[in-house]
Amino acid sequence: MEKPVSIPELFETSTITVTINGRQYERQVPVRLLLSDFLRHELHLTGTHVGCEHGVCGCCTILLDGEAVRSCLLLAVQVDGRTLTTIEGLAGPQEPLHPIQQAFREQHGLQCGFCTPGIILSVHAMLRDKPEPTEEEIRHELSGNLCRCTGYQNIVEAVKCAAKYLSEQKREGQ
Amino acid sequence: MATRWFGASVQRNEDPRLLRGQGTYVDDIDLPEMLHAAVLRSPYARAKIVRIDASAARNLPGVHLVLTAEDLGDVLEPSPLLIPHQALTHPRTQLPLALKDVRYVGEAVAFVVAESRYIAEDALELIDVEYEPLPVAHSLEAASASEAALVHDDVPGNVAAQLVQTVGEPDEVIANAPHVVRETLRMERGAAMPMECRGIVARWDRYEEMLTCWISTQGPIAIRNGLAAIFHLPEHKVRVIAPDIGGGFGPKIMLFYPEEILVPFAAIRSGRPVKWIEDRRENFIATNQERGQIHEVTYAFDDAGMLLAVRDVFLHDTGAYTPYGIIVPIITACSLPGPYRIKHYASACTVLYTNKVPVSPYRGAGRPHAVFVMERIMDGIARELQLDRLEVRSRNFIRPDEFPWDVGLVYQDGGPTRYDSGNYQAALDKLKALLDYDNFSARQAEARKQGRYLGIGVGYYVEGTSIGPYEGAHIRVEADGRVFAATGVTTQGQAHQTVFAQIIADQLGITPQEVMVTTGDTQAFHWGVGTFASRAATVAGSAMHLAAVKVREKIIALAAELFEAAPQDIELANGNVFVKDAPHRALTLGQMAIKANPLRYTHGENARKLAAMDLAAARPGPALPQERGGPGLEADGFYSPPHASFASGVHGAIIEVDSHTGQVTFLKYAAVHDCGRLINPMVVEGQIRGGVAQGIGGSFFERLVYDEEGQPLSATFMDYLIPTAAEIPAIAIDHIETPSPLNPLGVKGAGEAGVIPVPALFASAIDDALAPFHLRVCEMPLHPCLLYELLQKSG
Amino acid sequence: MKPPRFQYGAPSTLQEALELLGRHGPDAKVLAGGQSLMPLLNMRLATPAYLIDINRVAALDYITAREDYLALGALARQRQVERSTVVQQRHPLVIETIRHIGHTQIRNRGTIAGSIAHADPAAELPTLLTCLNGEVVATSTRGQRVIKAGDFFQGYLTTALEPDELVTEVRFPWLPSHAGRAFTEFARRSGDYALAGMVAVLAPAPDGRCLSAQISYLGISSTPVRASTVEKLLSGTSLDDKALNESASAAAQLVDDEVSDIHATADYRRALTMELTKRALQAAWRSCTRTEKGA
Repeated sequence: MEKPVSIPELFETSTITVTINGRQYERQVPVRLLLSDFLRHELHLTGTHVGCEHGVCGCCTILLDGEAVRSCLLLAVQVDGRTLTTIEGLAGPQEPLHPIQQAFREQHGLQCGFCTPGIILSVHAMLRDKPEPTEEEIRHELSGNLCRCTGYQNIVEAVKCAAKYLSEQKREGQ
Repeated sequence: MATRWFGASVQRNEDPRLLRGQGTYVDDIDLPEMLHAAVLRSPYARAKIVRIDASAARNLPGVHLVLTAEDLGDVLEPSPLLIPHQALTHPRTQLPLALKDVRYVGEAVAFVVAESRYIAEDALELIDVEYEPLPVAHSLEAASASEAALVHDDVPGNVAAQLVQTVGEPDEVIANAPHVVRETLRMERGAAMPMECRGIVARWDRYEEMLTCWISTQGPIAIRNGLAAIFHLPEHKVRVIAPDIGGGFGPKIMLFYPEEILVPFAAIRSGRPVKWIEDRRENFIATNQERGQIHEVTYAFDDAGMLLAVRDVFLHDTGAYTPYGIIVPIITACSLPGPYRIKHYASACTVLYTNKVPVSPYRGAGRPHAVFVMERIMDGIARELQLDRLEVRSRNFIRPDEFPWDVGLVYQDGGPTRYDSGNYQAALDKLKALLDYDNFSARQAEARKQGRYLGIGVGYYVEGTSIGPYEGAHIRVEADGRVFAATGVTTQGQAHQTVFAQIIADQLGITPQEVMVTTGDTQAFHWGVGTFASRAATVAGSAMHLAAVKVREKIIALAAELFEAAPQDIELANGNVFVKDAPHRALTLGQMAIKANPLRYTHGENARKLAAMDLAAARPGPALPQERGGPGLEADGFYSPPHASFASGVHGAIIEVDSHTGQVTFLKYAAVHDCGRLINPMVVEGQIRGGVAQGIGGSFFERLVYDEEGQPLSATFMDYLIPTAAEIPAIAIDHIETPSPLNPLGVKGAGEAGVIPVPALFASAIDDALAPFHLRVCEMPLHPCLLYELLQKSG
Repeated sequence: MKPPRFQYGAPSTLQEALELLGRHGPDAKVLAGGQSLMPLLNMRLATPAYLIDINRVAALDYITAREDYLALGALARQRQVERSTVVQQRHPLVIETIRHIGHTQIRNRGTIAGSIAHADPAAELPTLLTCLNGEVVATSTRGQRVIKAGDFFQGYLTTALEPDELVTEVRFPWLPSHAGRAFTEFARRSGDYALAGMVAVLAPAPDGRCLSAQISYLGISSTPVRASTVEKLLSGTSLDDKALNESASAAAQLVDDEVSDIHATADYRRALTMELTKRALQAAWRSCTRTEKGA
C-alpha cells in the first residue's frame, strides 16, 4: 500500500522572490540558473563578476543574509525568500562611497577592478566580525579572493584603513 | 613649464565607477535579442578529424546555429601572421575552426549559437566528432627528438624558426678563456590568468550597416582593421571597443583568436547580437600561454670575475602555431646581456612547435628567461671564484657614462638594442640598503646553527620598453571646460584614465578630474597599435603630451588675439585662461572653446560673460582663418619612438627554506626600479607589486602540467595555484630615475618590470639558503616537492 | 561552465527528502552546502538527473551535545559550528580542524555532513571523524543505521552510503579527559586541500606517560588512514625523540604509492608525513592537561 506522504514535485523552472539591496524582485528562473548569472543577466546587477565558476577566485562573492558566499556555487532558486547584498548595495551611482570603498580608493587597492566587488563584500563581512584585524589575519581572511593585478599589499593597507574609518564612523554614531 | 600633476600620486579617475561595481566589462553587456555562443574544443592534442555530425545539436530547441569549418566560406583562412621575420621560415597560424587537423587540446572545432550559454553547452555535448588520434609532441624534448611526432606534417623536425645573432667573436674568446662553464637551464610554461577571461559581443546593425564588437582585447585597432578585411567592410563601418578589461597581461594582445572571427561571423549571419564569454576551463586551453624554453649556455670569464663571452643555444616552445611570430625568443636573445658589458655573445634559438596551446607574450615576454640565464651566470661566476655575488655584478656593470650602450642586436621592433640611459650600481646600492645585505651573512650563519636555512637572492634586469611603431592621441576642450581625450591604446588596470589626464592637466591648467579619457574605442580614435610590451604610458603618453601642447598653443594664440596681449603673457591655471598680471582679463577654458568656434552659440552664464567681456572684435576676413588650424580647441598628436628605451631594476629577497618539506617563506622582499620619470608613483608601484606577485606565482606556485598525450593536468584553479594574499609578501620599493632622452616625458615603461627578475632571484635565494647542500637551481618553476627531490639528490 | 539540466526538488521535511531519495536515489545528488557539488555540476563532471536540495529541511539544522559525543545535524554549517559556544568550550579540536577548511566564504555554506559524505581523502573532517572513532547516521525510507567512521570511508570519494540514504547526523565523540590534541597539515596555499595532514589525540596516564593515542592521516591514501601502528608505538612512552622518530617512520609506511599527483609524489608525502607526525605529536603532547592540574 502506498504511504500517505506527499512527495514534493520536481521541476525545472521556479518562481522566486528575493530581496537584494533592499529591493524585492520576483522572477521565474530555470532551476539550473546560477545565482551569479541571475544577478548579472536577469537583474542586470553586473557589479558581481564571474572569474572561475568553481568557487576559488572569489570574484562572485556576495552577502547572503549578511554572510559572504560564492554566488557561482549557488542556484538562483536557493535564495527564494532570502536577503542578498551585492556591491551595488554599498553605494549607488550618485551616493558617496562607502568607507570601505573610500579606503580602497585612497590606498590604490584596485587596478582592473574585476576582483574588487568580491573583495569589498568579503572585507565588509570580515570587519563586521573582526573590527580590528592584524595584518596576518587580514591576509588569511583575504586568501579566499584572488587578485592578479595588485599583489595584495595595497588591498591589505586598504583593509586597515577601512577598519579605521568604520570604527570612527561607529564612534561618531554613538 | 612647471608641472603640477606629473609625478604626483593622484587618485584614480576610474575608481569611483569600478568600486561601485559600475564598470562595463564585456560580459556586462546585454543587448536585446542577444544570442550566446559556446565552442566545441578538441579533446586530443593531435588528431585527424574524420567526421563531424552536428545534426542532433542543430535540432536541440533553443539552438540557432552550429558552425563547422565547412560553413565558414571564404572566412576559412589561416589567421594573419602578425609579425613576419626572415628567420621564421615555417610560420603556421590557426584556422577559425579546425578543418582536418587538431593540434592542441582546446583547439576550436565547432561553434554553437543558442538562446543561452546553458543551452549552447547542452548542444556541444550533442555534436558527434570522430577523431583519429595521432602521436603527440608533448614537450620541447619530444618535439626535438629525432623521430619526433610532427605537429605540422609539412614542417620538418617541428622547426618553425632558427634565429642566430652574434656580436663579436664569442667562439674564439671562449676557446681562450681561463674559465668556461656550460649549463642547461630551463623554464616551463605558465599562464597569465587574468581574473576576467576573454569575451566578445558582436552586433551587426542593419540600419547603419555597421559591425560593432566589444572585445576583451589589448589591441582593438588591429582587430578592427582585420575584421574589415575579413568581412569585406569599409573600415569606418567596423567599430571595435575594448571596454573595461579585467586584466590583460599579454595574451589579450592577439589576433585572431578564432572566437574573434566566429562571433562577428555569427552575428552577421544570424542578424542578432552574439556573445561569447570564455569560461575558466577554456581559458586554460584556449588562451595563449608562454614561458617554455630550454637553454644550453656556455659562459667564459676571467679570474677577476669579468664575463668575457656567452654562447646561448636555446629551444623555444611556440605551441601548435606561431600567431605572434617569434617575438618572445627575440626578446629573450636581446635581453640576455642585461646590465653587463658583454662584447662577445652568440645567441642561437630554435623555435619548435609542440602540441600545446599556442604561445604569445605573457608579462615579461621572454625577459624572465633571459634574466634567469644571465643571473645564474653571475651567481655561477661568483660561486666558482668564491666572490660575493653582488661584487661580481658590480664589476661587470655598464657604467653611467657609457650610455647610450649598443648591445649589438636587433630588438623586437627592428631597431637597435641600444640602452638609452641607466645607472645600475646606484639601484643595486639602494637594494643592498633595503635588504641590509652587508649584515646578512652573520644572520644566516646564526640561523644555520639553529638548523634554519635562510638565503638572500638578487636578480637584475634591463628591460626594453616603449617600442613603436607609434601611438596617437586626440584632445578636445569641450564647451563646459572639461577635456575629452582619446587614444588607441587600451586599459586593463594601468590607470590610463588618470595618468594621461595628469599629462593633459599640466598643459591646460586644469585638474586631472576634469579630463575624460577614452581608450581602446576605434570610433573615438582609430590610429595606433595597442597596450603591450610596457609601452602605453610612454608612447601614448607622449602622444597625449604632444597633442596637449598643440591645444595649449592654440589656446594661447586665440587668447592673445582675444585679449590683445602677447602670447608669452598668457597663462593657463585653475581652469582659466588669463593675462599674466591682469587676471580679470580671463575666460574659462570652456568659454575659450566656445570662442574658438565661430558658429557656436551659447547659453546662460557663458553667453552673459562672453557678451560682457571686452574682447577684441573680429577682424575683417574669414571667421576661421587658415592659421587657426581648424575650429575649436582640439588637436591630434602622434609619437613614434626612434627605438626602444631601456628601463632597469634589481629585486632581492630573503627567504627561509624548510629543508624537510621544501616549503619556502619570504621574510623580506625589496625592489629598486628605474623607469625614468614617473607620471604617477602610486600607479607605478602598484604595477610592480602586481608583477612581483605574478613572478612569485610563476616561480613557486603556478605550473602548467601536461602529460605525454598533451593532456593538460592543471587546468582549474584547484591545480593551477595562483598565490593569495597569504603567500605574497609585502614589498619595499625604491626607485632611481634616469630619464629617457628619447621621448618628451622622459619616461620608460614599467608594466612588466615586476615579474621579470623573480625567477632569477628566487633561484639565487634558494641556492644561497641551501648552500650547505651544494644545490644549484637550474629550472623554474620550482615547487616544494621538486625542491625536496633536488635536496634528496644533492644529499 | 554551466550546470547540465536536472529536475530539482526542495523538500521541507526529512520524510519528503527521504521519499525523493528513495524514488530517485541512483540518479540523484543531494545538495546541501554545494561547495563540492556545485563545481562538479558547473564542470559537468556530475550529471545527476535529479537534484535534491535539503537546505530547507529545518529539522536537520542542529548542534547538540550528547553524553558521549557532539551531534551535528546534516545542515550544521562549518562556519556555524566554528562559532558555536558549545563546540568552542567542549570540542575545540573540531574548531581547530574546521579552520583549515577552505575560506570563510566556503565555510559559510559548506556543511560538516556534506564534507563527510563527499569523502575526499585530502579533506580535514573525514580524517577527524576517523581519528575520534566517530559515527555517521544514515537514514532512508527503510530506516536508520549508524555507521562507524572506519566502515564509512571505503575509497576515493566512495562511502558505505546506499543510493537512497541520506547522512542525517554526524557524531564526534568527546576527547578523553586531559587529552592533548593537534591538527596539522601541509597545504600549498592558505585554504587549499592538504598534501598531507594529521589529527592526533593523546591521552596521558597518571604517571605522565602516554596512555593512549588516536591518530589519523589525510592525503596519504584513498581514504583517511587510522594509524594503529603509530598508536601502539606511542602507548606507554613519554614521547621522547626515539618514540617520535619511530612514530614518524611508521607513519611514512602508511603512505600509499597511488597518492602521487602533480603536486606531490608519494615519496614526498612520506617526507611530509614524517615531519607532520613529529610536529603534531609534540604539539598534542604539550597540550595535554595533567591530572594534578585538574581539567
